[in-house]
Amino acid sequence: MRTKLPPYTSLIERIWHYAFRIICGLIFLFLIFPILVIVPLSFNAVPFFTFTPEMLSFDPEGYSLRWYEDFWTSVNWRGAVNNSFIIAVFSTLIATALGTVAALGLSRRNVPYRTTLMAILISPMIVPLIISACGMFFFYSRVNLQGTHLGVILAHAALGTPFVVITVTATLVGFDRSLIRAANSLGADGVTTFFKVVVPLILPGVISGALFAFITSFDEVVVILFVGSFEQRTIPWQMFSGIREHISPTILAVATLLVIFSIALLMTIELLRRRTERLRGVRA
Amino acid sequence: MQGAVLRHLAFESRKLFHQTQTSMPDTAIDSAQPITTADGIPLKRALARALRRDKMKSLALVSPLFIFIALTFLMPIGDMLWRGIEDPIVSSFLPRTVAELKEWDELSGELPQESVYAALVADVKEGADTKLITRVGKRLNYELPGMNSLFRKSQRRIPRLEEGGPYKDAVIKLDKKWANVETWQIIKTFSPTLTAGYFWAALDLQVTPAGDVELLPDKNRIYLNLFWRTLLLSGFITLMTLILGYPIAYLLATLPLKTSNVLLMLVLLPFWTSLLVRTTSWIALLQRQGVINDFLVWINLIDDENRLSMIHNATGTVVAMTHILLPFMILPLYSVMKTIPKSYMRAAVSLGAHPFRAFFKVYAPNTVPGIGAGGILVFIISIGYYITPALVGGRSGTFISNFIAYHVSVSLNWGLAAALGIILLGLVLVLYILYDRIVGIDNMKLG
Amino acid sequence: MKKSIIKQTLITASAVCFAAGTFAVAQAQELVVVSWGGAYSKSQQLAYHEPFMAENPGITIINDDSASEGVAKLRAQAEVGNVTWSLLDAIAADAITLCDEGLIEEFDFNTVFSPAPDGTPATEDFGDLIVSPCHIPNIVYSTTWGYRTDLVKTAPTQIADAFDLAKIPGKRSLEQKPINNLEWALLADGVAADDIYDVLDTPEGVARAFAVLDTIKEETVWWTRGAQPPQLLADGEVVMASGYNGRLFSAIEEEGQPIAMMWDWQVFDIDGWVLPVGAPHREETLALLRFATDTQRLADQAKYISYGPARMSSAPLVGKHAVLGIDMAPHMPTDPNNAKTTLLFNFEWWADNQDDLNEQFNSWLAQ
Repeated sequence: MRTKLPPYTSLIERIWHYAFRIICGLIFLFLIFPILVIVPLSFNAVPFFTFTPEMLSFDPEGYSLRWYEDFWTSVNWRGAVNNSFIIAVFSTLIATALGTVAALGLSRRNVPYRTTLMAILISPMIVPLIISACGMFFFYSRVNLQGTHLGVILAHAALGTPFVVITVTATLVGFDRSLIRAANSLGADGVTTFFKVVVPLILPGVISGALFAFITSFDEVVVILFVGSFEQRTIPWQMFSGIREHISPTILAVATLLVIFSIALLMTIELLRRRTERLRGVRA
Repeated sequence: MQGAVLRHLAFESRKLFHQTQTSMPDTAIDSAQPITTADGIPLKRALARALRRDKMKSLALVSPLFIFIALTFLMPIGDMLWRGIEDPIVSSFLPRTVAELKEWDELSGELPQESVYAALVADVKEGADTKLITRVGKRLNYELPGMNSLFRKSQRRIPRLEEGGPYKDAVIKLDKKWANVETWQIIKTFSPTLTAGYFWAALDLQVTPAGDVELLPDKNRIYLNLFWRTLLLSGFITLMTLILGYPIAYLLATLPLKTSNVLLMLVLLPFWTSLLVRTTSWIALLQRQGVINDFLVWINLIDDENRLSMIHNATGTVVAMTHILLPFMILPLYSVMKTIPKSYMRAAVSLGAHPFRAFFKVYAPNTVPGIGAGGILVFIISIGYYITPALVGGRSGTFISNFIAYHVSVSLNWGLAAALGIILLGLVLVLYILYDRIVGIDNMKLG
Repeated sequence: MKKSIIKQTLITASAVCFAAGTFAVAQAQELVVVSWGGAYSKSQQLAYHEPFMAENPGITIINDDSASEGVAKLRAQAEVGNVTWSLLDAIAADAITLCDEGLIEEFDFNTVFSPAPDGTPATEDFGDLIVSPCHIPNIVYSTTWGYRTDLVKTAPTQIADAFDLAKIPGKRSLEQKPINNLEWALLADGVAADDIYDVLDTPEGVARAFAVLDTIKEETVWWTRGAQPPQLLADGEVVMASGYNGRLFSAIEEEGQPIAMMWDWQVFDIDGWVLPVGAPHREETLALLRFATDTQRLADQAKYISYGPARMSSAPLVGKHAVLGIDMAPHMPTDPNNAKTTLLFNFEWWADNQDDLNEQFNSWLAQ
């Protein structure tokens, strides 16, 4: 809308120009509205999923915090929050450690079978979740991991590693290997070089990979339904069974909190991305 | 991936990524005279050794993750494959019967000989303590109704038979089904330890005692329809995301970077929002007493009696999944469109083409790789979708994945679940190979 | 230098595994009791678990709401011999299956469970409700019908009304499985209750039942979890729904929803406890079982939810709702006013035919 139209444009083009923007506006509305609409609905004073007349007339009576209170006081939800963080943190640690090391290996110059290795390592991202979940249910049942925290953590770590491998490899692409040689020639030993030179440069990639792994676990709902049981219930698990069984606006309150959480994550990742680009000198 | 984690960062890293792949070291060292190192080893060999060491080092770094993925991910997939073809139940619980049945001609129309009945009695007696013999009934009941009760009844009654036989008439007296040739045919058909039966069932086929494969009767057909519906709805969802995503990607690519970066946030926010949150909000919007129906009633477009049914059917699945997958279409399209120089359009227009004509003749063909990338990506993700169809799909909006879940946790027919899963996996892999041909697998990265 | 990274990684990884492992072990002092969730689990919690924990301070009972996938998950646990559930709540048909497969324990009722207060042995007190030596009956529940009083013009009074779009227009909800629905369809079509399974034994009879279901297929929302029908009714998504009588009772009496019951041809079923073979803390669990199945406890549960207690001796003790103070007896499925026409579905017949009919039903749904 800020771009000025050249003076020679015809009327039809002008109309189209604005019509196009209106269409785009509507599509953006389609993208954003469903996410924003749950925020006011979560402050509903009655157990319905829609705007009451009181809400529409901005009567304070129409709004309440009861669903947030319900969330806060419920044992089930609190357990879910705890589990979500425990599982996400541990699986992120495993995924980040293994993924970063593997990415360092994959980015070296002579990796045999590189394409095959890469395809295998990112396969957890390619295979549809229902199939991974099903296979893990069968296999983890055999080895005693079904319905345990360890099983869920391992499963989530497997799902998270491709993201770490990819982001760290991407960071290493712009990595100037002469820096290592420079450090070595200046007398730094391997460990010092690694921590003083390599780590600071790949850190943004590692962190954003870790964030991906975290969010993968934190959001994951298919695998947990199969590999986990009630004791491993996470927030998505609880939301899924909530939607299936007793759908109350408490779910909307949780959803609102999750939207805020995802905005925070989005900001973090965006800042990291800018930093990586600055460090790599690929400034747009 | 379905948990909503794709990033345009990946698309930007694409070119850089390709560079490393192609920048293989120059190992071709030719020289007529062998050059040696200081300690007299030919340089070629010394280099080769160094290279090998280097390779081992790289592999050593990759191996922990490789082992981890193999144990936690590849083995489960292998296990599923195995469960789709293994069928040990009949042969392990009725070993003697299976051995005796080898002699019997299942097409003769005659009942098996006395020794088969004697073997059956021996097998059932042995398995009676652990009660596991009922699993045979459960397994065969998938193929022939009535087997379940036959084996449960036999498990209780056969051990009480008098020792010494003859058993044939005695067993038949316990349950008339033992006098059906069909019962024995089923036992013989499913006595091998490996079976293709689950795969046939997953494709609505059955094997006749004569060994022919034929389509199931119409009233028992499910999966062909379901696969077809999954593909059809996924195709429709892909088309919807393309129609909605194309203008947005175009707008983002043509606006100044500063503005487009802000608008890009509006695409990324839904993308980063939990899948369940988005599904929940569509439930709130679409249900009969939901926001959209309320609004339509309020503006008198529809009356209170005739609220629209937009959920628990295919409409619900399509709307919610289009919303959820839209960013997966916009991001690849945008990354392709960004690389199309604006001068192309200007040149076409200045050469006299009408702007619309210029768009369709010059700009649009350049976006085809983006359409291919986004389209296949959305399609692949969509055919394996489970959560959204399960929650808003109802009867007409469920996908094949919902039946996989159903067979794992409700009907307990794990072999069939595995077979359906393998077929779906095969479908996805074929699409990925296609994707790799069109855009290169490195390009999709965080999809 | 890389070696040190690997070492570091391995140390971290093993530390992580260890931490995760101890986390799982830390919960080992607790009895995991698996039930159906929602209002039902709550009534068990109040009637059985809380008083039991008060008497036995060393024991904590954890509620797991996954009974709807109980058979699948118990099988998965049994396959590796790692049963983590102490007690599972199961319907009679599932209990028969599990018992046949040797996955749950058999009981000698008279020695394990307490007699009625007047000394009647447990077997007689539970009477006909004992359908398997592995299943300790807990309640009698029924699958019946609820409808929105404000959304129907004429109230449904008989099962045929559920299939009559002219009389009751609008969406209805049925459970997404053939059991009950085929029986109701035939009853609505005029088949006598005693003949149902004879009719269903023929392909023509099955086709007849599906033909009746066909008439409402387009107007039906299918439910899979017990909590859905009251929710669908409360949201106005449907005007009429089949559902468990206790859940409907909660929606009507406790939440004050404009819903009423239609009891015609309600289907009785029995729900009860089963003890997995190899369950952890077997002794404590047996103590809980004995406690939770005595005459008084069973009557207590009826204070919280309108399901009939499984012991005959409990019936006279059923009193008023714990919170609302209303008389519970008229809300019980077994109350003579409600139980004029009742159906007990044929376990044996369904055990044989459900694989085939599920297939036909799913095929029918998909068309």
